[in-house]
Amino acid sequence: MSKDIKVKDHITLFNDERFSEMFERKRELYENAATKEEVAKTLEWTLGEEYKELNFKREHLVVNPLKSCQPLGALYAAIGFDDTMPYVHGSQGCAAYFRSHFCRHFKEPFPAVSDSMTEDAAVFGGHNNMYVGLDNVYKLYKPSMVAICTSCMAEVIGDDLNNFVKNAKEQGNVPEGSLITHAHTPSFVGSHITGYDNMLSSMLAQVGEKTGEVKDRINVILGFDTYIGNFREIKRILGLFGVDFIILSDPSYNLDSPTDGHYKMFNGGTKIADLKDAPNSKATLLLQKYSTVKTIEFIEKEWGHPVKVVNPFGIKGSDDLMMAIAELTGKEIPAEIENERGRFVDAIGDSYYWVHGKTFSLNADPDYAFGLTRMVMELGGEIKHVLLTNGTKDWEADTKALLASCPQGSEAEVYAHKDMWHFRSLLATDPCDFIIGNSFAKYLMRDTGIPLIRIGFPMFDRQFLHRYPTIGYMGGLNLLNWIVNTILDETDRKTMYTTSYDVIR
Amino acid sequence: MSTIDKKQAEDFIESVITQYEEKTYKDRKTHIEVVEPGQEKCGVKSNRKSRPGVITMRGCAYAGAKGVVWGPIKDIINVSHGPVGCGQYSWSSRRNYYNGTTGIDSFGTMQFTSDFQEKDIVFGGDAMLRGLLKEANNLFPLNRGLSVLSECPIGLIGDDIEAVSKDISKEIGKPVIPCRCEGFRGVSQSLGHHIANDTIRDWIYEKDMVGQKFEKGPYDVALIGDYNIGGDIWSSRKIIEDMGLNLVAQSTGDSTFSELANVAQAKVVLIHCYRSMNYISRYIEEKYNVPWLEFNFFGPTQIIKSMRKIAAMFDDKIKEQTEKVIAEKYQPYFEKIVAKYRPRLEGKKTMLFVGGLRPRHTMPAFQDLGVEILLTGYEFAHGDDYQRTLEYLDSTTIMVDDMSEFEMDNFLEKYKPDLFGSGIKEKYQTQKSGIPFRQMHSWDYSGPYHGVEGFGVFARDMDMAINGAVWKNIKAPWKS
Repeated sequence: MSKDIKVKDHITLFNDERFSEMFERKRELYENAATKEEVAKTLEWTLGEEYKELNFKREHLVVNPLKSCQPLGALYAAIGFDDTMPYVHGSQGCAAYFRSHFCRHFKEPFPAVSDSMTEDAAVFGGHNNMYVGLDNVYKLYKPSMVAICTSCMAEVIGDDLNNFVKNAKEQGNVPEGSLITHAHTPSFVGSHITGYDNMLSSMLAQVGEKTGEVKDRINVILGFDTYIGNFREIKRILGLFGVDFIILSDPSYNLDSPTDGHYKMFNGGTKIADLKDAPNSKATLLLQKYSTVKTIEFIEKEWGHPVKVVNPFGIKGSDDLMMAIAELTGKEIPAEIENERGRFVDAIGDSYYWVHGKTFSLNADPDYAFGLTRMVMELGGEIKHVLLTNGTKDWEADTKALLASCPQGSEAEVYAHKDMWHFRSLLATDPCDFIIGNSFAKYLMRDTGIPLIRIGFPMFDRQFLHRYPTIGYMGGLNLLNWIVNTILDETDRKTMYTTSYDVIR
Repeated sequence: MSTIDKKQAEDFIESVITQYEEKTYKDRKTHIEVVEPGQEKCGVKSNRKSRPGVITMRGCAYAGAKGVVWGPIKDIINVSHGPVGCGQYSWSSRRNYYNGTTGIDSFGTMQFTSDFQEKDIVFGGDAMLRGLLKEANNLFPLNRGLSVLSECPIGLIGDDIEAVSKDISKEIGKPVIPCRCEGFRGVSQSLGHHIANDTIRDWIYEKDMVGQKFEKGPYDVALIGDYNIGGDIWSSRKIIEDMGLNLVAQSTGDSTFSELANVAQAKVVLIHCYRSMNYISRYIEEKYNVPWLEFNFFGPTQIIKSMRKIAAMFDDKIKEQTEKVIAEKYQPYFEKIVAKYRPRLEGKKTMLFVGGLRPRHTMPAFQDLGVEILLTGYEFAHGDDYQRTLEYLDSTTIMVDDMSEFEMDNFLEKYKPDLFGSGIKEKYQTQKSGIPFRQMHSWDYSGPYHGVEGFGVFARDMDMAINGAVWKNIKAPWKS
């Protein structure tokens, strides 16, 4: 039956001659298109040195940036808590965009309400929106906690969350005993990682209760890490150590929930009781630094217990992670972990012949960029360019020091506040063998012909990479897998019609 | 045949919406109605504010202006003026296909933003915008114009993007079009469409701009309100050409500044998405005396009906050619598609909740395949859209305006449709409920759905969704 008619969709349909002619005619007669010579000449110009110089002189225009705005990160911090409703105080379009962005990345539902501020709120303030908004949220969803962040509209008009929340509680818009946390997250300051930091540190400050009693337990904070597999991996590692722990913001329940025929809005996450009790842990371990600046500062100052920050990518990063856990908990590093380390080193030993001497340029959020830079060098890969849009001065200094510490990094250039159109110029004038980046980097792959290894956020065009871990030795194995097997795929593609098209590689 | 009992449905709806806070309950009551075929008036209230604290599926005016109207015009640089987020979230997400060399003569899948910082909020962004527009023009010299799409803070701090645009336009000798589509304006994307169309009116038609000169003929038509999702407009263009007509301009999918300007040069303006562009067709008619016609290229019934309606505007030559192409090429293809897919889809029940037009446009295509509609509604439709939807009903149907996620969850649980068609935010929640889903804003990375080939893709995709093997495995066998 399926033999009688073949349906062609956009992937092949528009290659048909009839369509090609149609497109040509449209271009010729109606588009007022530039001539093909003009296009070819301009294309060549944009890939050259002169254009690069002009491009880097830009002061105002931003093209294809590698960052999004604060409230997105705030929602990500909030979704990691059990029975918690992320709430955007501002115009409703923002919430729609945040939800879409996450849905596209995680392939999961992402609940978040907005209080739909419009023109009248711009004039009179958004407090009434919040009161009714909270009424509805509690009536419909009965959350244990509501985590409120602001979008830029509320920030520009100067809405005061603290006051609004206080009034809402006094007026009875919030049921007795319900928790509300809130953070100001203006979109015109920092990026999504700043929003994550603002929300998380606010939650710790507003909910944490220090009792004076110190518990034999550690807190772990992963930062703005969108690899759901990492939350499971760190729990597995801590389980092997036999450590009692609290993950502060664990989205792996809400953003990887089962399909069983019944939708549930809240699927678990860090217990609110644990958030409350977190100050009483004996130490806090953080796996990201640049996305948790404020959080680190708060814990050090207010909780006063030992804080360790590691960057758990690759061999050194994973070694640091294991030693940090051992140090903070007084536990021995388990034999099983040592075996995993050995297996990871074994895998690198089997693969580095393919990676050594290859050149890489990469872009990502700061913590990922730092970890990946170091790991690529551990494999013998050479770094050409590391480019971020939301890099900080600290990140820049740390990365420069890292690169200087290793021959594979000696020729690298570091950019903390550039965008992917700058990156295009760099890749065109000073090409590398492989790009590491997120889904948007596929445009760079197309424009420069350099293959892309997909690591980062957002990841819209590949399924489920985020379900694998990237941290620890096992996570390292995944990263190695993605890197070395892309190199092998590329080798196959290049050799397909030569004698070097080998079965054994 | 009615698959829904009206009284029972009304009781159920009442039991759901009474759970809202009181004012919200009263408001929601006016947005939902159980309608029946033959009913003359639809009383559903629409185009009103969403209530706070409810997970609405709606977006904002910026989304309507950038994502729908301005974004798909390929040779214009659309600047998202304000903080980085809005431009970033709308970047490459709507699959408005185009031909061209991106970054050189086409810019559809790029994100240009002024990335507003705190200092810009304090001191204003006008000076920065001036510099930015010049930089953009220098770096992308083959652009045919620029637009400035303002985000929330711009309107709040009172920047004068109109003055800046005017100055720079003069300086660079290209149109620079300011569009005040701040997200807090209005109640949904719909106002964004309207604002964007008004800027097209003011900056293109009011200035009597003309695009590329072409030899005019008696069969020139323009097609507006098609955004070329997954190649939709190309599939429609082929039908127009097969009928013997010349498509001299299209908007805004795979469109150019020249084509926008030349819409008024056509003999007839054909409008697909009535909701997003009806203002433009009315305006063109008033100013240039060019008649317009609403058509629908989803599914055999409407395609053939629309082709005849369009042909009727022209002479016998076109009418004959139209009948010929229907009889010789299209009808046999449609029959094959229906023969293959209808047996797999007959009697299946669907719910549709999309933007401002597609539910009523796609209902007949579903009906061509034997699929029944249990519930339908719009994110941002207006009264006339609901009224027009009544025409397509063939059974008792629940009509919901601005459906909240809470209502959706309840409807899915209660009616367990065989398919739900809505957007990305609704997709995964629906699938967790064990119900197949298609994204009806973006065709789920597939398409085209318009036109002749599009019906084949539509039928294949609906079969793929509804009859997917996975849905038989939702329950663990030990849980029966």
